[in-house]
Amino acid sequence: MLVRVLFAVVAAFPIVFMLVSSLKPDQQIFGDMSSLAAFLPVGNISFDNYAAVFDRVPAARFLLNSVGVSAVTVVLGIFVNSLCAFALSRMQVKGKKIVFTAILATLIVPFQTLALPLVWWVNQLPYFELNGFSLEFSKGWLDTYQVQIIPFIANAFSIYLYHQYFESIPKELDEAARIDGAGWFKIYRQVVMPLAGPATATVAILTFLPAWNSYLWPLMVVQSEELRPVMIGIQYFFQLNVSWGEVMAYASLITVPVVVLFIAFQRSFVNSIASSGVKG
Amino acid sequence: MATVPLPTRPRVPDAPNPALPPSNAKTNARRRPGFRRDQLSGWGMIAPAAVLLLAFVFIPAILGFGLAFTNARLISPRPVEFVGMDNFARLFMDPTFYRALLNVAYFTVVIVPVQSGLALVMALLINKKFRGVNFFRTVYFLPVVTSMVVVSLLWLFMYRKDGLINEILSTVSFGLINGPDWLGDPNTAMPAIIILSIWQAAGFHMIIWLAGLQGISGELYEAAQLDGTSRWQQFRYVTWPGLFHTRSLVLVTITIQALGLFDQISVMTQGGPMDSTTTIVYEAVRSGYRQQETSYASAISLVFFVLVLIVSAVQRYLTREKD
Repeated sequence: MLVRVLFAVVAAFPIVFMLVSSLKPDQQIFGDMSSLAAFLPVGNISFDNYAAVFDRVPAARFLLNSVGVSAVTVVLGIFVNSLCAFALSRMQVKGKKIVFTAILATLIVPFQTLALPLVWWVNQLPYFELNGFSLEFSKGWLDTYQVQIIPFIANAFSIYLYHQYFESIPKELDEAARIDGAGWFKIYRQVVMPLAGPATATVAILTFLPAWNSYLWPLMVVQSEELRPVMIGIQYFFQLNVSWGEVMAYASLITVPVVVLFIAFQRSFVNSIASSGVKG
Repeated sequence: MATVPLPTRPRVPDAPNPALPPSNAKTNARRRPGFRRDQLSGWGMIAPAAVLLLAFVFIPAILGFGLAFTNARLISPRPVEFVGMDNFARLFMDPTFYRALLNVAYFTVVIVPVQSGLALVMALLINKKFRGVNFFRTVYFLPVVTSMVVVSLLWLFMYRKDGLINEILSTVSFGLINGPDWLGDPNTAMPAIIILSIWQAAGFHMIIWLAGLQGISGELYEAAQLDGTSRWQQFRYVTWPGLFHTRSLVLVTITIQALGLFDQISVMTQGGPMDSTTTIVYEAVRSGYRQQETSYASAISLVFFVLVLIVSAVQRYLTREKD
């Protein structure tokens, strides 16, 4: 038990330090550092740093952007990837073995190697925008919302997780539904997906985390302030005089929502990975 | 007693799947009415994901391969021209590139055993049922849900000369240890980054280990207990062989993650001091994004990809199933 607690302390102390420091003025953060007070909300506690954060950066806008981009990516990702895995797992589609192998092959390509050609590529892509009644054609996706969403919807690992999970659902269920006259999409929607809750929770978390945390990609493709996600906001704190209390407040502000969400999904996430997902 | 006759690689028998169609299902399907429609709806379901992967993984990968041999820039009035091996020639003449290779090798060689080992210990600690197991799982996983950018920022603050780490070191040693300026010193910058990287990512691999541990049949442990084995023997002869597949998965994911080191560097050190923390991906982004040299960055990315392939292939060979 002692070892468990020791590991827990090591895992938690920087985060506790961050949360506690976000409530203190800079002077006190440095003053408390040499004692346990560094981890305790004591002394001159206030939300002043948080107020200052909203003055310094358009934090509300950044949060809204990140919530929107992550939510859309997660929802579309769940739909597109589960649909693909469904067909690959439960239907007799000709050539599906080759497709599945090709999909799994993308797992060995690290995103960092794709990022730069991808910037060049999305800058060449066309995009259509409905402007009133006229369809407007534009070239280049740089500096948009879709450039932060569309490339990250399809994900080989999500397809793999769903595929593994679907394999564990008895196929007689499909047969029975077929006899009742259900089409494949209906089987997907009403038979298989309702049983795949844990897989969906896992895919949701594994899609949400990189979407919320993305930094390298928006750094390269988003210039306009009003389109930027939360991680890019960090740069604003190092332009003039650094106030560490404000930095810690902003860091807490963009971390706490994720932690809350994770704790809410925690059980099904861990169970799903443990029971079906990653068996190698 | 030490030679318990246990299987070296216990297999959990796959549950027989009664739903599986008979082996001649494929030929039957061809004659089934509605076969063509099934094909169409099947492909319709695969298509969205397949098209997206094609557009945003396969095409950029091929493009990157092609661009590496040109002089393309992100925004340039000049037409793109084929320049042969020029980018690679320039890359292999660049001392910073070799420094980056060395740094990444150093990072990977330390991270892989230490992080996977710690993650396994954490998984073993929370694999039993006890009061508060969910609390510990959540706490161990907390650093993983914290973004690497936030983590880097936080540790940047803690690593200062007058920061929390040095204050803790000084307190626990009664003032004997006077910590360095961790990120400002070429000798300590990389170790400092290694420590925070392990802190952030170990929880993720803990979950993968945990998945493997829960796949090992409880009967094997009961059998081992009946034979009166020690806990170490149980680990050595039941747990460790049972984690065969998990081991290679953990190995591969940690290695790929380590080779792609970027976020921490970008936030904390920008490759410095004196190139002591620069990495391949960081160099690629620096030239591709900051200097807009798409082609040169593509060449670096291509070299990086080949490196990842070679390392994964070697690992696969070394961890292959030996019969």
